[in-house]
Amino acid sequence: MTAAEIRASLIDLLRTIAPELEPSELNPAEPLRNQVDLDSMDWLNFLVAVHERLKVDIPESDYGKLATLEDLVAYLARKR
Amino acid sequence: MIQFKLPSLGADMEQGKLLEWKVKPGDPVKRGQVVAVVDTSKAAVEVESWHEGTVLELVAGPGETIAVGAVMATLLEAGEDAATAPRYQRPEKAAPAAAPAVEKAAPAAAPTAAATRKHISPAARKRARELGVDPERIEGSGPHGAVTLEDVERAAAKPAAPPADRYSSMRAAIAAAMSRSKREIPHYYVAETIPMQRASEWLARENAGRPVSERMLVGALQLKAVALALRKYPELNGFWREGAFRAGAGIHVGVAISIRQGGLIAPAIHDVDRKALPQLMRALADLVKRARAGSLRSSEMSDPTVTVTNLGDQGVEAVFGVIYPPQVALVGFGRLAARPWAEGDTVRPMPLVTASLSADHRVSDGHRGARFLAELRELLQRPETL
Repeated sequence: MTAAEIRASLIDLLRTIAPELEPSELNPAEPLRNQVDLDSMDWLNFLVAVHERLKVDIPESDYGKLATLEDLVAYLARKR
Repeated sequence: MIQFKLPSLGADMEQGKLLEWKVKPGDPVKRGQVVAVVDTSKAAVEVESWHEGTVLELVAGPGETIAVGAVMATLLEAGEDAATAPRYQRPEKAAPAAAPAVEKAAPAAAPTAAATRKHISPAARKRARELGVDPERIEGSGPHGAVTLEDVERAAAKPAAPPADRYSSMRAAIAAAMSRSKREIPHYYVAETIPMQRASEWLARENAGRPVSERMLVGALQLKAVALALRKYPELNGFWREGAFRAGAGIHVGVAISIRQGGLIAPAIHDVDRKALPQLMRALADLVKRARAGSLRSSEMSDPTVTVTNLGDQGVEAVFGVIYPPQVALVGFGRLAARPWAEGDTVRPMPLVTASLSADHRVSDGHRGARFLAELRELLQRPETL
């Protein structure tokens, strides 16, 4: 899976939680949760969906490294 | 014969639109069974039966707007026979679009304390009950603004305005409930900074061994701690009705859930004090999911005995909430973040959260409110006992 494919999957999953999300308005280098207004429950649901789709279980201790969409894409590319 | 009435699904609900029956005449009904789906200003609510029996007649039809407390269906009690049971006589409507008459005012529509009552003639009050309108909300044309029989009938004859969309009707419902709260409830507020190091570390250890789908949020710990603290301070858990406090039958915590399109809803998780944390976390996740999908059950809407709101994810340090009537307390949590903490002669970073209590001064005093928050703080220092 390429980085572009991972990014597309993540945006797809984010839109199941935040249907109003416009991918073109998302800055991949800015903190994701602020931009998409994800609360703790949304974030947890997003990570559950990531696990189901991409088969990567992100430990809680790594949450701090995953502020932006870019961080997530790079992390998942390494873990897959 | 049992008359099955539309229950009140919160102080901000006066009517609902019947979307669908889940039962038909002849079907047996158990207590707690979903019998209908009713659209309220906040969600499509699955209405549960409080009674056991067999459906005799469906009085209201899909698409119909029904007042809280109006008869929706009749049920046969055990031993009754459909052939000989009396049929429900539906009272005549004031106008085609008016809400169906009610037999008895529902609790949420009950008159407010005598001191705040409008002048309403007994005949007008009786007619208002029959027509399912709240006389307290009617502009009176009589002497000193008294609400007359004619005022009631005019108000009832106005067609129930269908909401333009869910958001605007939810906004109107919140406006009504919060205005009533600030008009009627003498709020007092207390706050406490709670060290969360033990709770955070305990939770991190617990979650490290769990798959992502079974991880718990600190919000679940906070809910459980609130519920356990309420056991010791029962005057914060219940309702102010007809001029007196009524303690809640259980600790059913209303969880304030924001809706992405705007607005919020605070349905209950039942018996939070008796749920193990993993079970509570599953209940919370399920409730948030269904609230945001607009699918809740009537008991979740009508049963909260207290509300908890958590605005920590939005980055605020503290929240001082408005009590949801007829409840008497609301607990708020702000952001969980490391801040300077002094212990003896040393200052070090410590994860802290500010918990607040908004409470009804008619029922409790600041002294008890402060002790409740102290109990909450102590409980959160022993996360393994939650």
